[in-house]
Formats: sequence, structure tokens, C-alpha cells
Amino acid sequence: MTEHFSALILLMPLFGALLVTLLGRERRTACWLTALVCLAASSAFAIGNICQVLASKSGDLRYRMGGWQESAGYEVGIELRVDMLAALVVAMVVLVGFVNIIFAKTRVGSEMKDKVAFFYALKQLLIVGLCGIVMTNDAFNLYVLIEITSLTSYALIAMGNRRAALSSFNYIIMGTIGASFYLLGVGYLYIKTGTLNIDDISSVMQSGDLWAHPSIMIAFVLIMLGIWTKMAFFPLHGWLPNAYSYAPGVVGSFMAPLMTKVMVYVMLRVMLWLFGGEYVYSSGHIWGELIIWMSIIAIIAGSFLALACTDIKKMLTYLIVAEVGYMVGGAWLMDGAGILGSMYHILSDAAMTFCLFLAASIVILRTGDHRLTAFTGLFRSMPLTMTGFTVGALSMIGLPPTCGFFSKWYLISGAIEVGHWSYVAALLFSSLVNAVIFFRIIERAYFGRIEGVESLPVDADGSPPVVLDRVPYSMLLPLLMAAGSVLLVGIYNEVLAGWLRAAIPSL
Amino acid sequence: MEFLAAGFIEENIVPKFNYWVYVILMMIGLFAMITKNNLIKKLIGMAIFQTAIILFYVSIGVKAESGIPILGHEQHHEIVEEGRASSEVIKKEKFANPLPHVLMLTAIVVGVSTLGLALAISQRIYGSFNTLEEDEILDQLRPGGHD
Amino acid sequence: MIEESFLPLITWMVSLLAVPAILLLRRTPNAREMATFVAAFAKFALVAVMVPMILDGRVLRFSFGEILPGIPLEFRVDGLGILFALVASSLWILTTLYAVGYMRGLKEHDQTRFFACFAVSISATIGVAFAGNLFTLYLFYEVLSLSTYPLVTHHGDKEARSGGRTYLSHLLGTSVAFVLPAMIYCWVRSGGDMSFTDGGFLAGKIGAGDGMIVLLALTLGFAKSGLMPFHSWLPNAMVAPTPVSALLHAVAVVKVGVFCVIRVFTGVFGTDFLGELDVATAVSWIAAFTVITSSLIALSQDNLKRRLAFSTIGQLGYIVLGVSLLSPLGVTGSILHIAMHAFGKITLFFCAGAIYVAMHKKYVSELVGIGRKMPITMAAFAIGSLSVIGLPVTGGLVSKWYLVMGTAESGQIALLVVFLVSSILNACYFLPIVYRAFLCRPEESLYDGGRQEAPLACLVPLCITAALSVFSFFNPNLLLKLAGLMTGVE
Repeated sequence: MTEHFSALILLMPLFGALLVTLLGRERRTACWLTALVCLAASSAFAIGNICQVLASKSGDLRYRMGGWQESAGYEVGIELRVDMLAALVVAMVVLVGFVNIIFAKTRVGSEMKDKVAFFYALKQLLIVGLCGIVMTNDAFNLYVLIEITSLTSYALIAMGNRRAALSSFNYIIMGTIGASFYLLGVGYLYIKTGTLNIDDISSVMQSGDLWAHPSIMIAFVLIMLGIWTKMAFFPLHGWLPNAYSYAPGVVGSFMAPLMTKVMVYVMLRVMLWLFGGEYVYSSGHIWGELIIWMSIIAIIAGSFLALACTDIKKMLTYLIVAEVGYMVGGAWLMDGAGILGSMYHILSDAAMTFCLFLAASIVILRTGDHRLTAFTGLFRSMPLTMTGFTVGALSMIGLPPTCGFFSKWYLISGAIEVGHWSYVAALLFSSLVNAVIFFRIIERAYFGRIEGVESLPVDADGSPPVVLDRVPYSMLLPLLMAAGSVLLVGIYNEVLAGWLRAAIPSL
Repeated sequence: MEFLAAGFIEENIVPKFNYWVYVILMMIGLFAMITKNNLIKKLIGMAIFQTAIILFYVSIGVKAESGIPILGHEQHHEIVEEGRASSEVIKKEKFANPLPHVLMLTAIVVGVSTLGLALAISQRIYGSFNTLEEDEILDQLRPGGHD
Repeated sequence: MIEESFLPLITWMVSLLAVPAILLLRRTPNAREMATFVAAFAKFALVAVMVPMILDGRVLRFSFGEILPGIPLEFRVDGLGILFALVASSLWILTTLYAVGYMRGLKEHDQTRFFACFAVSISATIGVAFAGNLFTLYLFYEVLSLSTYPLVTHHGDKEARSGGRTYLSHLLGTSVAFVLPAMIYCWVRSGGDMSFTDGGFLAGKIGAGDGMIVLLALTLGFAKSGLMPFHSWLPNAMVAPTPVSALLHAVAVVKVGVFCVIRVFTGVFGTDFLGELDVATAVSWIAAFTVITSSLIALSQDNLKRRLAFSTIGQLGYIVLGVSLLSPLGVTGSILHIAMHAFGKITLFFCAGAIYVAMHKKYVSELVGIGRKMPITMAAFAIGSLSVIGLPVTGGLVSKWYLVMGTAESGQIALLVVFLVSSILNACYFLPIVYRAFLCRPEESLYDGGRQEAPLACLVPLCITAALSVFSFFNPNLLLKLAGLMTGVE
């Protein structure tokens, strides 16, 4: 059975989604339990997958879906390919999904009304899509999976209030443009190479020496544009802040850490495996320098936009835009350390965004207020929540030993190695702006004292178990787990970086 | 000048007219998606946009003087009854490439579901705003900003 | 001779272990304070145990394992580190005693939080003192910034908040903007090794231009050292309760700053290599400017704690100036001055706090004639002043002597003038306070009636620190030997 791990990661939530839909809208706890079990199983397989990759000599596992054997040296069916990077990102996706399911338990009822079962089904489908994106080795299959994730996330976002529906609509428009560009790019690649398997495309381009052909260039540009739209790379970020901040709390806290990060992964995959570093970074193209400057603009603009926000979730979403700039810039530094930083930042940014979004959701739930002023005096009334929030905040600022510090470390060292000082300056600038943003909140939470904290609204969903912060365990625990992961990813950065470094193809 | 233009058309437009068609359609779709004020018009633009890409894919599978990629009775007879090697009987250049067409089946499904979802969402939007004009919706959201 | 040992770890942990104890015992203040005392004495004892080992020329090392490629999180106790740890841990005992008196005397709120953060800060300070490489140093430096923030803003009013904001923005801002990139640059340049070594790990691996930038980034980035463009956090942090100002802003925080600068000069670059690069003069002049300017500003301050704060900035300038001379005598002077100034300045802060507890006076102009009211306090104040000015019979003279010798040794006569002028200025802003406290005409005196000293818990520590100042004049051998381990000066 061990050889089927990568497929099982996908199948568990897929069947879970089906089962949940069959269970229907009345049996909420059963739905929750099903989703929990499926994702727990999936997480276990994902961890097993990491071990397998570690144990394997070549460092990447291949799995032919449906057992289609290759013919004449080309893959016929859809192939899954799991190297260390993919294994880690998949584990990140399912673990975040798993923890988020725990978090959703008490919230789902009040946020989704009678659509609880659909929520669990869509969420599991979303996880299937994300994991598939990460593992698939087929360029067209990648498109289908991108659309699966997009479709489910449109629906999930639209479950919020009427603003959420409008944001979801805009997201559909932007998302479709992005995915279609990607599809077009794949078409051009198919014209030139006659195959859809990523490795085969790469080897055909290599053997046929197709690099100089304009079709390849057009394919590359189209694919990149598509992926950037999907990952909200400034200035293609317009859809993101509204979509994530108006989405229901349980949805936003799950999509914000994962969607953009997985798309960054796709970008790395396309750059390093599909086209190959030699082509992407070759000196004949002007785009390298240009894109680093675009990412610098993304970082600075994202930071400023976040600074101007008074709504906590909007602020966090603009920070995501800045963080996407980090990763794109790191990937384009044309240097092993920069790429490593970018890969490591996928993991660390997911951890810290997850942590911050969970904390923000809890605060919004407890205070009923989504502005920054909601934080006034919270260190006294919700110490644990604020501790979690502070850990995430310190990581965003980039203080050791949180993971944010180490991803900055790798990114900056990559930039220093190639002498790109403006990128270093942008990273430091964003650190400082983040410090201003978060200490503004922490100071408010630390000093401000408000009366009548007791009279704040209790969870609308019956009477959940109430603890220290007057928040159900099922919400507090995920937050603390997320905060713990911020620290763990930071402390064990060397191990992770070592694994990731082995996954980078030589430039 | 006229001569030049004729040469241009002959070299670039006539042999590649499928690309021109898809690019023009795509641009129409993109234009509608971005500039139209009515949400349904945006969706119509989106449909055109996706269809353009489908056309592009379908057209790249076609070869000059090729037919549909289905085996005829004669070929079937030759392979099964006479036992000839299939690679001899089936001439690649006689058949259109089926793969892009198959891919597009999936893409059409994706496109339809996107459109369906988008229509459902616009119905919700209409339900809560009583309009599908983007500027009117934004106007409603501006003053209170209560949700 | 490097040997593995758990002693540095335990020493570092002791005060950290006190934190849960303090939090658990929050309902019984006496037991809570007992926990702090036990930890403080244990810490001092552990440091004292290490001193003879270090004097033998051994270096104690403890590693938590690698945290970044090539960079372990490790403690490495050498002469400089143990000297600083000795000063910090001994003064922690006294400050705790003093803090108990002060906080209870003023019935301050949130005392548990106060003592808990205090313990974390001390751990971070020891972490800096024992740090074996630049990364470990940076880590504990940041922990110290964050853990002292609740102390600085303890009062929670508007003034405290704005003070705290300046405090954090200066310390975090400079460390993230300057130290972090410079540190990563060092890491890239040195090929992944950042352990402090005698010759400096960057020696020979960097050019003069880059060296200049890295040196300035590290020196100014460790803004706790109070060098001039980034000094303004220090006076603003004086909104903190006095024990905090005393321990943190006379000893721990600011000394961590200059300690880091000394590490940068000796451990990162190495003084010989800096001499080759010929880039340290820039730092010398920044420090000289800081010394003179801050002394002039101190002259004009009426708030006693602010005057002390600016005096501290000037004295920190001495230390940076001394080490930037790159001569063994100068470096020795700097290291000694960490200790000597700590004893002197903590006495002065204790006195300021005692005056506030007993009389609720904060301003220099209100101290006329207070010598008759609080003779012991003001006598200690006089000793502290002498030490900071650098007059006999106090330890300040010893360190200043070495600093001046160092200036002569390196042939920087202009900087010699800086030392002299600044000493005169120091005298100008301290001696009049002492003079008018004791020797004013009876009708000028703002006080009448009998003696009224601060509580004993406040009084005892300041007497002890004053005595330490005097003692270190007569017997500076231990400190000299420890400093000599680094610089080779006997």
C-alpha cells in the first residue's frame, strides 16, 4: 500500500467530500467527523510521503494514476511526481486543512446556516485540488486542478455576506482570465512538443533545442501571467483583499495561507522544472531584472496598503500581497539561496498567515468588531489568543526564532550573493512597516482597557465549551497549534532548508 | 503600399487565420470582462474568452487533408481480418490529432461549470442588491459600508 | 582551550526558571520575591563558580545545535563575557532588593508582571554576555528589546506609551534595518561561520569599503549603545520605574549595546584587521561627538533621571571610543568601564529613585539642601558622581586611566582632548547637585526637619553599590585580569 500514498492523499478527501454530501445537511457532527477523519488520514499519508521521499535515493517519487504505462518513452496517463518540495507543500496543505476543520467545528453552524454539509464537501474538494496541483506532473491536468480549486473557492467565498458574493464574482473574472492564460500557454507548448507531461516537455525542448523559438517564449510569458494573476502578484492583486476578507471566517483563514502559496509553488515548478533554470535565467532575457523590480514594487505597495487599513482582515490580506512579492523576487534572484528562500517562505508564510488569520477570526468573533480598535485591551481578556497573535506578528516582522526571520535570512542572503541590494532594502523596509503595523495593534491590546468585555456576544451556536479566553477549545487549540508551527518551522529551518536544497535542480 | 499590404496578408494572415480568429475573439471577450458594467455582460465576455481558447486548441489538432480520427471499416478489416500491422494501416497524416479535442472536452466542462457558478452568484448579487450594474452596486455599498 | 560545559546553560536558565515560579506565586508577594532572590543568588553563585575557570584561560562552551547552516546557537564564555555576566548578575541581586522596596513603597500595580519580565530580561542579558557567535548575540539582543518593553511602559499612561514606542522603534528598527543585513552579509562573506574568534571571523575576508559599511551598520545598528543619531530612546525610556532605569539603563540594556560593539570590534573584525582596513576612525569620531554633545545636553536637563540618561549616553560613548582606538589599553579601558560605570551609574539611579520614593522629587532644582534630609543617599550620590566623572577614590578613575592611556598609545591626541573636556563637563553637571545638596545656606534649603531616608530596602542596595565603586578603585585586579584575557594587557 505504501506505493499508493501519493494517490491516497488525494483520494481520502475526495471520497470524504462525496460522503459528506450524502450525509446531508442535518447531520452536522457526522459531517464534521467525516471531514476530520478523512483529512487526518490524508495528513498521515502526507507525512508518510515525506518519509518515503527521504528514504528514496532519487529524491522523487512517481506514481502513474490508473497504472498507464509509458509508451515509446513518453508518459501516456497522468503522472504524480512528488519530490521533497512537493511532499512538504502537500503536507502543509493537508495539515492546515486538518487544523482548520477543527477550528471550523463551532463556527460553521453560525456562518454557513444550512449549508454546513456543502461547506465540508467544498473544503475537501479544495484540498484535493490544491494537493493535486502540487503533485501532478501533467501540464493540462494542472490546469484542470487549478480550476477545481478556483471553482470551489469561488463558491466558498460566496457563502459569506453580500459583499462576499460581489468579491467572489470579481475573483471569478480575474481567476478565469488567469487560468485561461495558463491554458493558452500550455497550448503553445503542446504545439511545439506534442506532449503534456512536464518532464517530457522539458526533455523534448532540450533534445529538439527549441529554446530560441518564439512559441516557447510566448508560452512562458502566458503561463507566467496566468500564474501571477492567480497568486495576486501586484498589480494583478485586485481580487484578493476583498475576496479573502469578506469570505466567512473559517474560509478566509484557510484559503489565505494556502492559495497564493500553492500558486507560488506552481511558479517555481514551471520555472525550474518545466522550462528549466537555464532558459528562465538566461542572460538573453530582460525579464529577470524587471520581475525583481516588480516584486520590489509589490512588497512596498503591499506594505503601504496594509499600513493604511483599519480593518484587521484587509490588512492581513494586503500583507499577503507583500509576501507574494517576497517569494516571486526570491525565485527570480537567479541564485540557489534565493530560490531556497522562496521555497522556505512558502512554508513559513503559510504557517504565519494561518496563525494570524485564526487569531483575527477569534478576535472578530469575540468582539464582534473587525476593525483594529477591536484589539483594545485584549491581552487581559484573551491572553492566549493574543499570545498566538503575537507569535504570528513577530514572525511577520521577522524576529528570531520565528520562521519569518529565517525565511528573510535565506532571501536576503540570496540577494546579497547576487548583489541585489534594492531587493534587500525592500525586504527590510517591509519588515519595518510590519513592525509599525503590528506593534500598533499589540500596544493597543496591551494597554487599552475596556469596560464591559463580559457583555460581548457569545457564539451564536448554542453553548460551546468555554475556557480561559471565553473561546471554545476547538478554536483556541488550532491557533496554538499554528503558533507552535510558526516556531517549529523556524527552529527546524536548517533541516527543512537541507531537504529543500536537495530538491532544487542544479542551475 | 498596397502591394506590401497584400504580401503581409498572404504571408501572415491567410496561413495563420485560425490564430487571428482566436486572438480577435479573445480580445473581444477580455474587453467585455474588464470594461462592461453589467455583470451578465461580463459573463458573456467570459464565455467568448473561453470559447476563443477552445477554438485555438481545436484548430491546432487539424492537419491539411485529414479526417476525423475514427477508424473506418476498411482499416478495421485490414487490421482484424488480414492481420496487417496497425502502424502500416493507420496513416498519421490522414487523421486529425484527437488529443487537443479531448482536452477541450474537459475545458468545456470547466468553462460551463464556471459560468454556472458565476450565474448563480450573480443571482445572489441581484437578490441582495436588486441590480446587476456594477456601479450601482458599488454606490449601494459606499455610504454605509455596514457589512 | 575550549571545553564543553553545562554551566553556561544553567546560568542562563536559572532566571528563566524563576519566571514560572514568579507567575505561580503571584498571590503571595513574599514568596514571589523569594523566588526572584533565590534565582538571583543562584545565578551570581554560578557566575562566580565560572570565574576561576575562565581565569585559568579556559573557555566554556555549550551548544544547542545548529540553527542555520553553519551557525549553532551556542554559548561561549570568555573573559569579556564572564566580566559582563559578573556585573549584571551581582547587580541583579541588589536591584531586586531595591525594586522590592521601591515597588512596595509606591504600591505599584502589576508587580508580578514586572518581576517576571525582569527575570526574562536578565536571562537575555546573560545570553548576550555568553553568546558564542553573532547570530546568538542578535537573538538575545532582540529578546532583550522585547522583554524590556513591558518594563519601560510599566505605568501604562500616555507618556509611558510614547516612551515605549520610541524605545521599540529605535531598538527594533535599527537592529532590523542595519544589523540584520550586515549580519547576513558577514555570513555570506565568511562562508557560513560566525563564531567570535580572537582575530575576528571576518579578518581578511572583506575589503575596506565593504568593511567600513558593515562596521558602521553593526555599530550603529546595535543602538542600545546609544551612539548619537540613534540615542533618543534612552532619555525617553526614563519613564520606566526607577529600578528598571537603574538595572536596565545603567547596566543591562545599554551595556548590552556597548558589549555588542566590543564584540563587533574584537570578535567579528578583530582589532588588528580593523587597523589594516583603517576604518575605525569614523566610529571614533561618531563616539567623540556623542560624548561631547550628550554632556552638553545633560547640563541643561532639570529632570534628574533625564540628566542621568544623557550622562549615560556620554559614558557609553567613552566605551565605544575606547574600543575604536584599537589599542590593547583602550580596549581594556572600555571593558573595565563597562563594570566601573555600571557600579557608579546604578548608584546614581538608586539615589534618584530613593529621593523619589522618600520625597517624590524628580527635578534637580528641587534638591537644594536635601543632603541634610537624606544624608546617606546623597553621600552615595556623591560617590557615584565621582566615579562617573573619573575622580579618586572611585573605580571610574581606573577605567578612565586606561582609556586615556589607550588614546596616547594609539597617538590620537585630539581624542585625548575629548576625554578631558568631557570629564570637565561631567563634573559640571554632577558636582553642583552634590554641592547644593549639602552646602547650601540654611535659608535656601527647601527642606526642614529631621532625617527622612527611603525605606531600608532602597537604602541598602545603594550603599552597597557605592561601596563597590570605591572597592573597585582599590582592588580592580579581578576585573583587570578578566579584561586582560581578551586584550593581553596585564
